[in-house]
Amino acid sequence: MQESRTRNFIGNAREALDDGNLQQALDKMKSGFVERRLEARARLPEFDDIRDQAREIKNHTLANLDYYLERFERKVTEEGGQVHWCATPEDARQAILKICRDLDAKTVTKGKSMIGEEIGLNDFFEENGIEPIETDLGEYIIQLRREAPSHIIAPAIHVLKHQVAEAFYETHDQFDPDRPLEEPRALLDEAREVLRQKFIDADVGITGANFLIAETGTSVIVTNEGNGDLTQTIPKAHVVIASLEKVVPTLEDATTISRVLARSATGQEYSVYTTFSTGPRRPEDPDGPEQYHVILLDNGRSKMVGSEYQEMLRCIRCGACLNHCPVYGSIGGHAYGWVYPGPMGSVLTPSLIGVDEAGHLPNASSFCGRCEEVCPMRIPLPKMMRHLREREFDGKTGPATMRTGIKMWAFYAKRPWLYHALAKLKFRVLGAFGRRKGRFRRLPGGAGWTAHRDFPAPQAGGTFQAQWSARGGKRSVDA
Amino acid sequence: MSGRESILGAIRQGLGRGALGTAEKDALEDRIAGHARGIRPSRIDTADLKQMFVDYAAKVDVTVDRVASLDDVPDKVADYLAQENLPAELRVAPDPALDTVPWDKRPTLTVSKGASDGTHEVGLTAAFAGIAETGTLMMKSGPAHPTTLNFLPDTHLVVLRASQIVGSYEDAWDRLRAGEAMPRTVNFITGPSRTGDIEQTIFLGAHGPRRMHIVLVEDD
Repeated sequence: MQESRTRNFIGNAREALDDGNLQQALDKMKSGFVERRLEARARLPEFDDIRDQAREIKNHTLANLDYYLERFERKVTEEGGQVHWCATPEDARQAILKICRDLDAKTVTKGKSMIGEEIGLNDFFEENGIEPIETDLGEYIIQLRREAPSHIIAPAIHVLKHQVAEAFYETHDQFDPDRPLEEPRALLDEAREVLRQKFIDADVGITGANFLIAETGTSVIVTNEGNGDLTQTIPKAHVVIASLEKVVPTLEDATTISRVLARSATGQEYSVYTTFSTGPRRPEDPDGPEQYHVILLDNGRSKMVGSEYQEMLRCIRCGACLNHCPVYGSIGGHAYGWVYPGPMGSVLTPSLIGVDEAGHLPNASSFCGRCEEVCPMRIPLPKMMRHLREREFDGKTGPATMRTGIKMWAFYAKRPWLYHALAKLKFRVLGAFGRRKGRFRRLPGGAGWTAHRDFPAPQAGGTFQAQWSARGGKRSVDA
Repeated sequence: MSGRESILGAIRQGLGRGALGTAEKDALEDRIAGHARGIRPSRIDTADLKQMFVDYAAKVDVTVDRVASLDDVPDKVADYLAQENLPAELRVAPDPALDTVPWDKRPTLTVSKGASDGTHEVGLTAAFAGIAETGTLMMKSGPAHPTTLNFLPDTHLVVLRASQIVGSYEDAWDRLRAGEAMPRTVNFITGPSRTGDIEQTIFLGAHGPRRMHIVLVEDD
């Protein structure tokens, strides 16, 4: 399994905030995804109703997950493929290695797959003398930089183009070292040329899956570059690595969910390539792989079934929650320290690798609620992060100072008269010192806040509670 | 215990039940056999699906020529290749639907048939369906439809008949279900290959075709 750096989340986040290149890359990301999703949603009036239906499809599937998985396996076998049930990342790695060894594979091309990251597949291949080649442009870039992806659909979103050029100059020594690589187009063309031959030479092609279909024994990939299709069409074997919650009952169910996938992810009406693969090539086919394998990974997901985190298994990895998260937008994906960043990672990571390891992540949220608002599968991410925070507190795993702080706050919060009196006092004191400037650059005991931004001074008009009562406690400010 | 049994056991434990009984399994099989459709996008309630297909295809950088019959395909193909400064050499799918195209009308065109090994710059295939909803082509693999032709050549030319245009993806699935068994590969293709992986700037021609041109045969 990929090693976790999640315990050091706070340190990671601090480094990320001080990383100029990263901050520049994150600034470029901020508006694009959000605007394009909104436009795509506006063009499809049924969008929100389809989200409801997508949620119901996944809920139905999860309630019958054992049956649909067995049926999926039966159909794959009937079509001449093979399903490998893998409880752990090690099981998955060994199953993949055996397939590669049987074909005497030297090189393996890979389409983008988060499961590949989860099971640490590239390092494992290298340890075993097999060359893994990432073929998604973003994945290829970070493979050259020996980094993990920082976003689930845009893995190299933290990399600036001059950094891509550096990686290419360093690795592609077959080309003129003085060639110009300032333009993204030149970078893309060079990657295309290098990878084209790799597609043709590879012995095994590995892709992920956006859906597995129980009706037909089909796996589905949704991509834009076409690398996944070249990966799975040309080599002798196509190996699909997928976690078990990817299954849906029918082609129509996958189609319904696909209508909200690209729109939520990139704001496209539909991704360029949605590819349905069923078994190996037929005897009369002129091309396609001779073998078809599905590595079905559990890695803790079966334990989420029936738990308060089951709803997380609806996730279709569109990345919308990352794109809309103020925390992700400030620190990027690497700070989260494991495979899955952003709000979906803050829920999934503790569920998969444990609250002990990843207890910090659910705290990395302002509970603004945008993640739930944009989630195409309507996963109540803030609610689940709250549950995880409670578990972290109950499990006594958090730092002592934080636990003491929360206990003190709880003491006051349970005694409203005392809470209000103290809030009023704080308001007066802060107001008296800071109202003229309107903000504090430093605050005793408040360095955690003021190290990265000013603390606003209270303005005239009283505390929130006082203003609330003065307006009669109505829900709307206009009322 | 095998991985399979331990995984299924853990799922059943989480669900608080054993394996499903016959009646419950039958209900799930009925759901699969019925393969009910989801919500239908109202945008396809239009009198002119053909125009809608062309409009959405244009939005994803696909160009479309409309012709009256297969007889006109060689002219349009030759003109397109000349206009784009591309070699007049075609790798064509060994598809009976394309057998009647009179390629010798344009003697400058060199035509060979079969799958692609990556050495062909221009490929031409016939589509299985066109989906108006998003301007998407549906291609299926088979002896007449090599998948490599959809991805390896830099330029992908597609012959689509107007009678193959349907409203939604589900309409296209119905047409596929009406035919033979599920093919190895079904490709839904919406425009030429693209990437935004370098600083979010979109470029066409990542790993698949750099350009896509459809010759729409108006047989309706």
